[in-house]
Amino acid sequence: MPVISLFITCYNDMLFPETGKAVVRVLERLGHAVEFRRQQTCCGQMHYNTGYQRDAFPMMLHFVKVFRDAETVCVPSASCVAMIRDHFPKMADRAGDASLRKAVDELVPRVFEFSELLTDRLGVTDVGAFFPHSVTLHTSCHAIRSLHIGDKPWRLLEHVRGIRLVELPRRDQCCGFGGTFAIKNADVSAAILSEKVESVLDTQAEVCAAVDNSCLMHIGGALSRQKAGVRCLHIAEILASTESGGVQ
Amino acid sequence: MSVRVGEAAHAPAFPKAAKRLLENAQLRRNVRRATDTIRAKRAKVVAEMADWQELRAAAHEIKEHTLRYLDFYLERFEANCTRAGGQVHWARDADEANRIAIGLIQARGQREVIKVKTMTSDETGLNRALEAAGITPHETDLADMIVQLGEDKPSHIVVPALHRNRSEIREIFLRKMKLAELSDRPEDLTGAARGYLREKFLRVKAGFSGANFAIAETGSICVVESEGNGRMCVTLPEILITMLGVEKVIPTFRDLEVFLQLLPRSATGERMNPYNSIWTGVSAGDGPREFHVILLDNNRTAVLADAESRETLDCIRCGACLNACPVYRQTGGHAYGSIYSGPIGAILSPQLQSMDHSKSLPYASSLCGACYEVCPVKINIPEILIHLRAKLVESGYPPLVERAAMKVASVAFSGADSLAAAQGLARLCQWPFEHDGQLRNLPGLLGGWTDFRDLAAIPKESFRDWWSKRTGGQDE
Amino acid sequence: MSDAKTEILERIRRAVGPRPPERTVDYAATERHYRHSGTLDGAARLDMLEERLRDYGAGVYRTSRADLPAAIAQAAAARGKRRLTIPAGLPREWLPDTIEFVPDESDSYAGLDCGEGALTACAAAIAMTGSIVLAHSPTEGRRALTLVPDYHLCVVFAAQVVETVPEALRRVAAAGARLITTIAGPSATADIEMIRIQGVHGPRRLDVILVVD
Repeated sequence: MPVISLFITCYNDMLFPETGKAVVRVLERLGHAVEFRRQQTCCGQMHYNTGYQRDAFPMMLHFVKVFRDAETVCVPSASCVAMIRDHFPKMADRAGDASLRKAVDELVPRVFEFSELLTDRLGVTDVGAFFPHSVTLHTSCHAIRSLHIGDKPWRLLEHVRGIRLVELPRRDQCCGFGGTFAIKNADVSAAILSEKVESVLDTQAEVCAAVDNSCLMHIGGALSRQKAGVRCLHIAEILASTESGGVQ
Repeated sequence: MSVRVGEAAHAPAFPKAAKRLLENAQLRRNVRRATDTIRAKRAKVVAEMADWQELRAAAHEIKEHTLRYLDFYLERFEANCTRAGGQVHWARDADEANRIAIGLIQARGQREVIKVKTMTSDETGLNRALEAAGITPHETDLADMIVQLGEDKPSHIVVPALHRNRSEIREIFLRKMKLAELSDRPEDLTGAARGYLREKFLRVKAGFSGANFAIAETGSICVVESEGNGRMCVTLPEILITMLGVEKVIPTFRDLEVFLQLLPRSATGERMNPYNSIWTGVSAGDGPREFHVILLDNNRTAVLADAESRETLDCIRCGACLNACPVYRQTGGHAYGSIYSGPIGAILSPQLQSMDHSKSLPYASSLCGACYEVCPVKINIPEILIHLRAKLVESGYPPLVERAAMKVASVAFSGADSLAAAQGLARLCQWPFEHDGQLRNLPGLLGGWTDFRDLAAIPKESFRDWWSKRTGGQDE
Repeated sequence: MSDAKTEILERIRRAVGPRPPERTVDYAATERHYRHSGTLDGAARLDMLEERLRDYGAGVYRTSRADLPAAIAQAAAARGKRRLTIPAGLPREWLPDTIEFVPDESDSYAGLDCGEGALTACAAAIAMTGSIVLAHSPTEGRRALTLVPDYHLCVVFAAQVVETVPEALRRVAAAGARLITTIAGPSATADIEMIRIQGVHGPRRLDVILVVD
């Protein structure tokens, strides 16, 4: 059994600690040892995607240093995994650092998004969860287009006892978050979001789930403003729930 | 240098232009309906193709190869076109291209020209230049005609009048064609266009076209279209002028087999568009007696020089990225302030203008990747957007407050202790804005967020704090 | 050599930077793992062509070589045509004597504009895309012949039907065609609300006679 090293990601650490706790609960329930390396910070995605590549570079170096000898890294955020897979190799190349590129190439195949880790690395789809609620799933752009995650999150949810899954109309459409896009182009972002919220409300589900809390922060922000009564939950929090406890 | 991409040089920044368009409910409905329809059609015909990904990969490789040897292929095209009776002209910029075209038309004593849809001549502002020289251009593509007669601007690469609905089009036709009556049925509107243009097709002696592909091996041009107006413009006039960007050349006739499969399915969701015209120089007894090609640079060579964004020039102008884009879906094309709108416009316009203008465009994307997914020639648009943002940051374009915030964040993320300290500080600063666990009315840049959405307040305990407690500080 | 040409070529050479010296080797290395030929048998190929021609609004008739004149007469009659323009090289044995045929010998377009329609052969047809390929040989006529009249009746022999686009382009390339037109259905537009309307500037009606035997 591998030791699973959790890269919580900067925003989950501060804003969504319950997601991290849920990941730990699921993995430990499945019999895996989980470690948390305290020196970890951020993958650099926000800086990189906004054009601050000079600032992102030390964060990438730091990530490689912290996780270099980790057996398996679990990341409960699809967009951060996309940052690591799609951009770290290029960043190393641009720095002209062959040994860094080698370190990145060795590390990247051991980095998994949470639902990938379960289905691909650990080979589980039934994690023994119980969640007696109606749930719809937003697919998250980086998860489907960058990680090509397909129906892995959906299959995990299908095995949850008591759950009632509802297809989200136009589920592969972006929620309009896009990191700093939501701030720099707040009006357009809000317009995209309002269509996403309509789709969520159309499902009449109690919960909107995703593999990325950044999308959920966005969707949930609008649902909360509208007092829609729909909760947003990272898929880990649903998978962590059992008859004896978890999110109710 | 006269680089000009439609109106982009003077257009307002994207967020400002978008805000105004978002208030136009009719326009948004029109754009949504049109893009939904075209996406569904595209998805259906792409699904029929078992080798779609292989075609995309081949197209990308052919384009990249061509760009590596662009000088060779342009010269080969020129030699073969000339041998077949065509004349090739080279234009460094928009003004030079327009001057050449006007000179050719004036030298033959012509006062009118029939035009088939060409983005390149929109880019150079040819119509305005023609009018200034006393030459009347007649746009013959139905959508271009709607735009021209409506004194409007194109909002889509393939369907320029996509923002107009039938009753708006009826109004324009009634007024400009001086018709007594006309219904708003698309059949009748199309019939009116046929009647209006037929006489011009048969009478006007100068034709003008763009090119989808220029084949170096044979010196041939290929124009892809649907209505037959393209065939009319390239066949019936006595003199034909074709203007194209230097990146439109492809090495061999065989390469068409890749692009003619990708383009129609991506552009209009058809297995094949109704008409493709391929011609080689001039042919005795068939078509124009005189044929000119204008090869246009207009800063394409500057794009070529940037290895990280060079593949922008692979674009075959299918418009699939516009139809797939969640941003375009909300605003339509006018927000981009350029004839090249949507994701491809967001990378092409600023590069064609050497970033002098349209600097807000690389930020007009949530980086969702839908554009890259549908691009038939595999242009990694999100990557290029990020690259262009990086160039803007290097040039000091973003506002000081943003740059400062990024610097602070990068310090916070430099190590675990600084991160914990920053988290504590953020928690401390949020109390004035917190109501029932939600943050509202945040100041400065973050206000854009809280204008429309709540932001859950930062929980008292971070994950790392929880973990420390749980392990009694034993873990690393 | 014009100044503009020299300058643009110089800009390009500066911009592209170092590249492999052998252009032909680099070109040959472009990977083409897409389909180069079809796999359907002759009957299935014809069925696909017919289905896809109809899908885009063309009329389709099937006939044998012996019955071709009768099929032409039938197709023309169904559209109410009594007089069709034909390319000078069209085999006269195809033609029924129930309608009048006028060879296209003028170099003006006015005659075509007031004519009832055109009857031509083709160079190839593509089943997958429902397209007809014209190479404008003496049996297919000049380009205006199949453009200006409002009706086009096209004869396609089974042996001319290929399944894929690459096969069709190989055929016309082998024949050394300088002018090529591909046609998929009547002229059409979707410029108004993305609603497909058949019949704009090119022929508003297209009928195809498939000659099978």
